[in-house]
Amino acid sequence: MKSFLAFVKKEFYHVLRDRRVLLILFGMPVVQVLLFGFALTSEVKNTRIAVVDYAKDNASREITDKVAASRYFDIDRNLLSHEALLDAFREGKVKAALVFPAGFERDLAHQGTAQVQIITDATDMNVAGQVTAYLTRIITAYQADRSVPSRNTYQITAETRMLYNPELRGAPNFVPGVMAMVLLLVCVMMTAVAIVKEKEMGTMEVLLVSPMKPALIIISKAVPYLILSLVDLIAILLLSVYVLKVPVRGSLALLMGESTLFIITCLMLGILISIQTASQEVAMLISLVAMMLPTLMLSGFMFPIENMPYVLQLLSDILPSKWYYIIVKMVMIKGAGFMAVWKETAILLGITLLLFGVSLKKFKIRLG
Amino acid sequence: MVIAAVGEINGKADHLHNMHAWRLDKTKNISHMVTADGLVKTYGKKKEVLAVDGVSFSVDKGEIFGLIGPDGAGKTSIFRMLTTLLVPDGGKGTVEGFDIVRDYRQIRSTVGYMPGRFSLYQDLTVEENLDFFATVFNTTVRENYALIKDIYDQIAPFKRRRAGALSGGMKQKLALCCALIHKPTVLFLDEPTTGVDPVSRKEFWEMLGRLSRQGITIVVATPYMDEAALCDRIALIQSGRILSVDTPAGISGDYPDQLLAVQADNRMSALLKALDKNNDVLNSYAFGEYAHVAVKKEESGMVGTLGSYLEKEGFGRTEIKPVQATVEDCFIQLLK
Amino acid sequence: MQNDLREVAIKTDQLTKRFGDFIAVNAITFQVKGGEIFGFLGANGAGKTTAMRMLSGLSIPTSGQASVAGFDVYRQPEEIKKHIGYMSQKFSLYEDLTILENLEFFRGICGLSGEEIKTKSAELIDDLGLRKEAKKLVGELPLGWKQKLAFSVAIFHHPKIVFLDEPTGGVDPVTRRQFWKLIYDASDNGITIFVTTHYMDEAEYCNRVSIMVDGRIAALDAPANLKKQFRAASMDEVFYQLARGAKRSD
Repeated sequence: MKSFLAFVKKEFYHVLRDRRVLLILFGMPVVQVLLFGFALTSEVKNTRIAVVDYAKDNASREITDKVAASRYFDIDRNLLSHEALLDAFREGKVKAALVFPAGFERDLAHQGTAQVQIITDATDMNVAGQVTAYLTRIITAYQADRSVPSRNTYQITAETRMLYNPELRGAPNFVPGVMAMVLLLVCVMMTAVAIVKEKEMGTMEVLLVSPMKPALIIISKAVPYLILSLVDLIAILLLSVYVLKVPVRGSLALLMGESTLFIITCLMLGILISIQTASQEVAMLISLVAMMLPTLMLSGFMFPIENMPYVLQLLSDILPSKWYYIIVKMVMIKGAGFMAVWKETAILLGITLLLFGVSLKKFKIRLG
Repeated sequence: MVIAAVGEINGKADHLHNMHAWRLDKTKNISHMVTADGLVKTYGKKKEVLAVDGVSFSVDKGEIFGLIGPDGAGKTSIFRMLTTLLVPDGGKGTVEGFDIVRDYRQIRSTVGYMPGRFSLYQDLTVEENLDFFATVFNTTVRENYALIKDIYDQIAPFKRRRAGALSGGMKQKLALCCALIHKPTVLFLDEPTTGVDPVSRKEFWEMLGRLSRQGITIVVATPYMDEAALCDRIALIQSGRILSVDTPAGISGDYPDQLLAVQADNRMSALLKALDKNNDVLNSYAFGEYAHVAVKKEESGMVGTLGSYLEKEGFGRTEIKPVQATVEDCFIQLLK
Repeated sequence: MQNDLREVAIKTDQLTKRFGDFIAVNAITFQVKGGEIFGFLGANGAGKTTAMRMLSGLSIPTSGQASVAGFDVYRQPEEIKKHIGYMSQKFSLYEDLTILENLEFFRGICGLSGEEIKTKSAELIDDLGLRKEAKKLVGELPLGWKQKLAFSVAIFHHPKIVFLDEPTGGVDPVTRRQFWKLIYDASDNGITIFVTTHYMDEAEYCNRVSIMVDGRIAALDAPANLKKQFRAASMDEVFYQLARGAKRSD
């Protein structure tokens, strides 16, 4: 036991004395959270929009004012003609346009219907879709304000409620994803590299020729990263709650418990990688390419899994990060309890045990 | 002139002892601290690289046993097999009576090992390294301090310095301390003085001598022929095979030819060319300021014969004298 | 020894290199004659490597003068590099190319014609007795052959001076001597050899030897004279006497 503790102590020395490792361990999660939280969002804000108002009447002006007041749009110019508009689009000066035909208000008042043209630059279909949605909402709101309920017409008003994230902010989506990525990075890459480093430097040789059980050598290397990733986790949660305003709706204890399970899964992955590789570069490459990239792309974090080809969906199923991402979203964003995530937890546990078994089997008590 | 080897008689006795297979008493009343019996190691997918080709030797308690040979001779592979880091592809070995394959746990708990490169933790201090290794071996620095005191005193002024910042000689001393701190019965040192300055090298070997006198068995690998003379017994090894096992004196004594040292006008290159042409010369090569010339043992008057030959070849001031073969001479002869 | 009016291959005068407050090479002054085998010895940390780097055009001195093959180290380091050969322990040939490919590469970068490359490479391979191995990867060769090959590559463009940085580490005594035979042959052909080594018996093979201690040259003479001067039986003892008092080690 004493030697195990001596090992863990030594590992802490290594980590704390390596400035680059510290930077990655502590700097990176913070930067990621802040980046994703604030800068990298798929929300559309301050889109430049042009208004071509042939009507120039009250209705068109009121709608235009509403658009101007919205934080999603910056009215760039009030253009006078269609040609000018096309030029503006081509030059990329505006991303959307609202065109009011002449006689807009008159049509609305006398005939009950009027048309308005929304033109968007769809080279970025994401932006185009959202812009159209916002504009439509503004127009619909105006329409609702103005209209008077009539006894003779059937009206179905759709009342929409965006649960859990009514403002459709990006942060509630990203925070769970960032958590998965950071824990993956710290536990898989750092652990793998730390163990392989001993092999590369030759100290592993000396350690093997000692009474220490090789399994303990490995575990002792994982322990500091376990603790450090918990620290990282707490930092991310604090940032998330207080800076990004994404609260932990569910049980904090459950969240921490599931996170610890995921951490252990990642540590197992790191250990397995380290058993199979002989150089730090390869260990890092495998961690990045085989772990990080798939997590980024296939865990549901950035792109919806449901839209992917079946093969990729299957691939996504074996990623522990995919399951963890679901769990975190359920618990943190939706406030679900254990019963809602027991299936995912079981899968994660299963993956962990499998990795543990494989590591044990492939474990080398000798060189070569 | 025939040169009588010093201690030739002793050498011959040891020689016989080692040439026969050792007999291990199975009830652990072991006769040797370390034994290697036909060890074989191959590398490569198709086992095409034969690194160790049937190596056998034994080491007695308190001996300094040297494995002398160049890079690629197989020294490191042999060490790794004996310290249980590699499984031999053939043959057997024991350390303190324990089998190197089956009883690896016992061996790993009792030997001290210093592998080829510096393999301590560069970012831990001297103190921290020592503490760590003591704890790993379930002991404390204080318990066995007496054993390492002489060595540690030399690096003690730097005990708070990171190991990576030490000079080459000091690193080796620290590595030795860490290998000794748990009072091993057998010490395996793989090229401990390679790349270390000559002064530190001498000091290191003096330390080894003191340790051996305290009863610690030391098996050391080195490419330096001059260090061979500092061992109790040596095994000359090349290309995975042992050329000879004996005391340094014994090996010298076994030198089959007559050895002469020749100096001529300080022109080594020309001298070697001239000697190459001479039919009496079995082998000739540079050896420091002299050329060493091997001629048949039975030939008498070679000094004179060679002298006249060189004069005819145009060399002015020649100096020819018989010399005793060193380990290096023997190595060269065995390689022929 | 031949006449002393041979040209001077290397000439230094108070050559110094500082790194901040640390004086790695402290005002060394010496000359090396053309065709000489000059041993440049010193413990690790004594300043040997730094001095060699200055002389081979790899590093600009802090102060003092030096010329190598007639070129000034300050103003003409590129010319120096063109006119010298260099063999270092750390890198010599590409391990994952064959012998033939290596030769073609190194000759190619020195501007020999395709024809010349072919014939000279074949000659060299024959000379070293490597015809059977010509298509083998250098990485598969034993260390001794790599060293001999690297040396041949270093001198193929007939440089005036060749710098050898611990060329014979780790090989058996026979291979080492084979290597020195190549050095002797090169010296006989007029190439100046500037070699550093840790093997003191190799120090004896040199015409003259200098020993650096703590950045200065503590001794410079023919081995025989040094042994007389220090009343030592071997160069090993001479070295030990000088190095023992050194304050610096690596």
